[in-house]
Amino acid sequence: MSAPNSSFDPVEVTALHPDEVQRAVDEALAAISATSTLDELKQVRLAHAGDRSPLSLANREIGALPPQARAEAGQRIGRARGLVKTALEERQATLHDERDARVLVEERVDVTQPWDVRPRGARHPLTTLQERIADLFIGMGYEVAEGPEVEAEWFNFDALNMPPAHPAREMTDTFFIGSPDSGVVLRTHTSPVQVRTMLTSSPPIYVICPGRTFRTDELDATHTPVFSQVEGLVIDRGITMAHLKGTLDHFAAAMFGEGIGTRLRPSYFPFTEPSAELDLRCFVCRGESVGNADRPCRTCSSEGWIEWGGCGMVNPKVLVACGIDPDEYSGFAFGMGIERTLMFRHGVEDMRDMVEGDVRFTLPFGWEV
Amino acid sequence: MRVPLSWLRDLVELPADVMARDVAERLIAVGLEVETVDHVGADLVGPLVLGRVLTFVEEEHSNGKTVRWCRVDVGEHNERGSAGVPDGRGIVCGARNFFEGDLVVVALPGAVLPGGFAISARKTYGHVSDGMICSPSELATGDEHDGIWVLPGDVGTPGQDAVLALGLRDDVLDIAVTPDRGYALSMRGVARECAAAFDLPFNDPVQEVTEDADESWPVEVVDSQACDRFVLRSVSGLKPTVGAPHWMQQRLRLAGLRPISLAVDITNYVMLELGQPLHAYDRTRLSGPIVVRRSTPGEKVRTLDDVLRDVVADDLLITDDSGPIGIAGVMGGSSTEIDRDSTDIVIEAAHFDASTIARSARRHKLPSEASRRFARGVDPTLQEAAAERAASLLSELGGASVDPGRTVVAQPVVPTTVRFHPQAASRLVGVRFSDETVVSYLERIGCEVAPVGEDMVDVVVPTWRPDLTASADLVEEVARLHGYQHIPSSLPEAPVSSGLTHAQRLRRRCGMALAGAGYVEVQTYPFLSPAVHDALGLDNDDDRRRALVLANPLSDEEPQLRTSLLPGLFSTMRRNIGRGAEDVALFEMGHVYRPDRVNEEPDPPRPVVDRRPTSDELNALNALLPRQPLRVAVVLAGDRERSGWWGQGREASWGDAVEAARIVAEACGVDLRPVADQHAPWHPGRCAALWSGDTLVGHAGELHPQVVTVFGLAERTVAMELDLELLAPTDEVRTVAPVLSTQPVAKEDLALVVDAEVPSADVAAALVRGGGALVESVRLFDVYAGEQVGVGKRSLAFALRLRAPDHTLTADEVAAVRAEAVAEAGRATGATLRT
Repeated sequence: MSAPNSSFDPVEVTALHPDEVQRAVDEALAAISATSTLDELKQVRLAHAGDRSPLSLANREIGALPPQARAEAGQRIGRARGLVKTALEERQATLHDERDARVLVEERVDVTQPWDVRPRGARHPLTTLQERIADLFIGMGYEVAEGPEVEAEWFNFDALNMPPAHPAREMTDTFFIGSPDSGVVLRTHTSPVQVRTMLTSSPPIYVICPGRTFRTDELDATHTPVFSQVEGLVIDRGITMAHLKGTLDHFAAAMFGEGIGTRLRPSYFPFTEPSAELDLRCFVCRGESVGNADRPCRTCSSEGWIEWGGCGMVNPKVLVACGIDPDEYSGFAFGMGIERTLMFRHGVEDMRDMVEGDVRFTLPFGWEV
Repeated sequence: MRVPLSWLRDLVELPADVMARDVAERLIAVGLEVETVDHVGADLVGPLVLGRVLTFVEEEHSNGKTVRWCRVDVGEHNERGSAGVPDGRGIVCGARNFFEGDLVVVALPGAVLPGGFAISARKTYGHVSDGMICSPSELATGDEHDGIWVLPGDVGTPGQDAVLALGLRDDVLDIAVTPDRGYALSMRGVARECAAAFDLPFNDPVQEVTEDADESWPVEVVDSQACDRFVLRSVSGLKPTVGAPHWMQQRLRLAGLRPISLAVDITNYVMLELGQPLHAYDRTRLSGPIVVRRSTPGEKVRTLDDVLRDVVADDLLITDDSGPIGIAGVMGGSSTEIDRDSTDIVIEAAHFDASTIARSARRHKLPSEASRRFARGVDPTLQEAAAERAASLLSELGGASVDPGRTVVAQPVVPTTVRFHPQAASRLVGVRFSDETVVSYLERIGCEVAPVGEDMVDVVVPTWRPDLTASADLVEEVARLHGYQHIPSSLPEAPVSSGLTHAQRLRRRCGMALAGAGYVEVQTYPFLSPAVHDALGLDNDDDRRRALVLANPLSDEEPQLRTSLLPGLFSTMRRNIGRGAEDVALFEMGHVYRPDRVNEEPDPPRPVVDRRPTSDELNALNALLPRQPLRVAVVLAGDRERSGWWGQGREASWGDAVEAARIVAEACGVDLRPVADQHAPWHPGRCAALWSGDTLVGHAGELHPQVVTVFGLAERTVAMELDLELLAPTDEVRTVAPVLSTQPVAKEDLALVVDAEVPSADVAAALVRGGGALVESVRLFDVYAGEQVGVGKRSLAFALRLRAPDHTLTADEVAAVRAEAVAEAGRATGATLRT
């Protein structure tokens, strides 16, 4: 630092010379605008606004000026330092923004990289289809009834108007437990659940009975010895075949879409009278292949209809065996295979896929069907 | 039942423009299940004509084959002959089963036979063969002959169109007859249905039979319950060489039967026509009166198929002095069988109890044409007419004379009468029928209806409809003739549903929770090999070895029903791994079958069905059944957390199996407590028994290495199985909301050293107990075993979170809780604070 200057001679203090100050400002501004990173700016700040920067040093020289010159020099240096400071702040803000933007770009990831740490799970479509059917009927006022799979023959046959020598027993191929005379079988249909329901509750009865059933068929593309059925049973006053038809129409539309109607064909089941086979309008050709040799339909063999299940009005003999007065109540029942329904609804071509438990079959069905 | 349309037209006057397809549609609409309509002969393309073999020369050829060079008269299709050669066609024929003068079928050049076999004049064996003499199989009409088809001489003249002359083209309806419609196993029955469906007249082929008081062959019916009608008629002097006429053979063929001999063909034809099975005895082989009775112990009968069969007491037998000569309604015996030389024939037309015949046929595995019909019910008024029809055909076609006398041992036929309210049809069908409409439908199917009182009628049902016994049966007749397609569609008004039961809801939730946790559901078969119990390493007295056994398993290897879900899951796991899957987590929810005792098989109760069973009867029925608990099980192999670009994965471990159980328990709102256990098929050191309160609900852990090997699973496969019914509360438990403290939490970590055998859960429980109400949670976060804690010791590091409901805990309070907790852990488990 120079010694106090009692004479007025600003020129003597070179650092305070307007040209020098201007030069320091110019240099500072140039350096500031040349920075491209916050680190560089930090260096520039030290060099041009730090304690040992030309302007700071010049500022200290003010004391060396004659008193009358100090104010003027102070203003000049103050303005100069102000310019530099503003430039630094602006640059600081700019570089900060630039860095933030760059970081966000740099931190970009490939969001398409798989994040499959945990393998996916799924429910079996036979389960979820069963639930979907149950939900449909619950919405219509039904409840879900269940019963044992190993069942007394009496529930599986006798109570359903199939006495021991009944020819209809030939229609079902029954697994017998122990011996053919044990009176115990693997249920061949879910109808014994209907019997049990009628024995344990009183009308009005509106139940749906989904469940596993068993017949001595070898496994192939269209048969499986263990399969699932869903049966519906309604017992109430004034129930007619029209109610049966309406219920099945509603069911078919819910399963296969509007416009897929049903057809009832007279048939025979011991537990219903009148009885009917239940056909579904072919959902592939919608009947247009019938008599139309140019457009054969593989799904329905150009019949226009595919067999879905059986149904009818509950035989009064069954009602009597279950302690329900057939003069007061009537009812209907229907039943169909869930495998078959799944095949139709989801285009499953081979029944073996449903029983083998290959995860590749089940996974695409997810949690719902 | 195969129904040729031409035969049907004989019995119903169907308009000519009604085609087979129309008939099929109408029959389906009234309840006969027409499965197919076969257009027989549709693939025969002419010229296909009758020809007479004029001459032939047999020629032996160098390839060792002998052929006949024939001159065949084909009428208007003849070529001009030459010196010594008559008009006709020259045809080479490889068969030798014919004579000069025989009538044959000739396919002339231009004809196309089934299978697209085009006939042309071609050079063969040194001649130009100008057509082909056909065999039945080349015409696809049958396979009963070797060689060419030699026609009866009376079917036509040379040059006639063979398709027309022989009836080779016909439509055949194949009908699957349901057990209630026995009458539809006959042309008569199908024609009746057809007439009813089209509302056309029906020509009943049954003729009135004139009385004949004399007896034919002596008969004694011992069991008149099982055999309520037994009719015999006999003929003598049948010309044994005469075969059935072509039209009859052709109808039999179209119906799916094989022509055999005149007498056999006639019995079959009458059976098809009327639905009455007949049996023909060679009268010379009968000895003494025919006796119809139940069998006695030790009896045997050699049936027509030449099998010596043991009969049982329930079988109904036809016998004579020589012993059993047939199983009634099922199959005749070989000792009295007619053959090609028989001239004197006794025809039997009987009516048997349907269930007796059904049982016999099933017992002897002999579902014959006769037993099918008897088991479904034969018209009990047909026997005399059917026997008469057969006798007169034998006389007409076979030159026999019908012997005088007819044996008729018969109970009176009492037709069923149903008291019926015609409006029952409206009520059950949902269509408003007038009484008149209902009555007209019933009359159309052969019922006689007479009014009784104000609004009831008595319906006498026809004798061929044993299935019509009650009001609902008659309603079905009305409904099907009205047409099911005309029944309107409406929904019943159901009461309000209470939805799923708690148990049903829980089950769904468990399935979803497991699927959500990465498990894939499978459904496996419940069939089990007894060897599986050894493979699982079960002790000899393990309850799970006590399994139900099927009397008729699909595979003799797997006669048992499962007592655990695991074997099925193991097979499915192995299949998945075998197909290339690596990280597999499977679950199954299903029933297992746990008999509490080996069933001694007492006589099972069979309550009557004309009333509700008593509660004692119901209990007895239910006592027959085993426990069938609902189980859920998982099996995991490979990585539970996969390796990937994020780093190393984690193999499925015993802990995941326990976690799977906890997932299920959480879904049921239940806490599970794992306790170390040794239980097959798990690894004895890595098996947790799962307790809910004081109920053991299942097990989880790593599988025993031997089990893994025997089942071919991946190393370190883990599994869990638990009983959902034991786990899940039967009633909903309503959760009480917690009161939350907003005071700050104090966190304390501490490490305790315990003996290695001490379960960490015990230590944690002691910390909670000792710490008291201020302890919010205790969590084990590290386990260390090594030199620093000493041999046989473990260091367990716990994180404690403490909080007061109403104030910030002071340092002194925290220290006090910590000290109490540690002290209690020390008392309970010998834990010491690690220093």
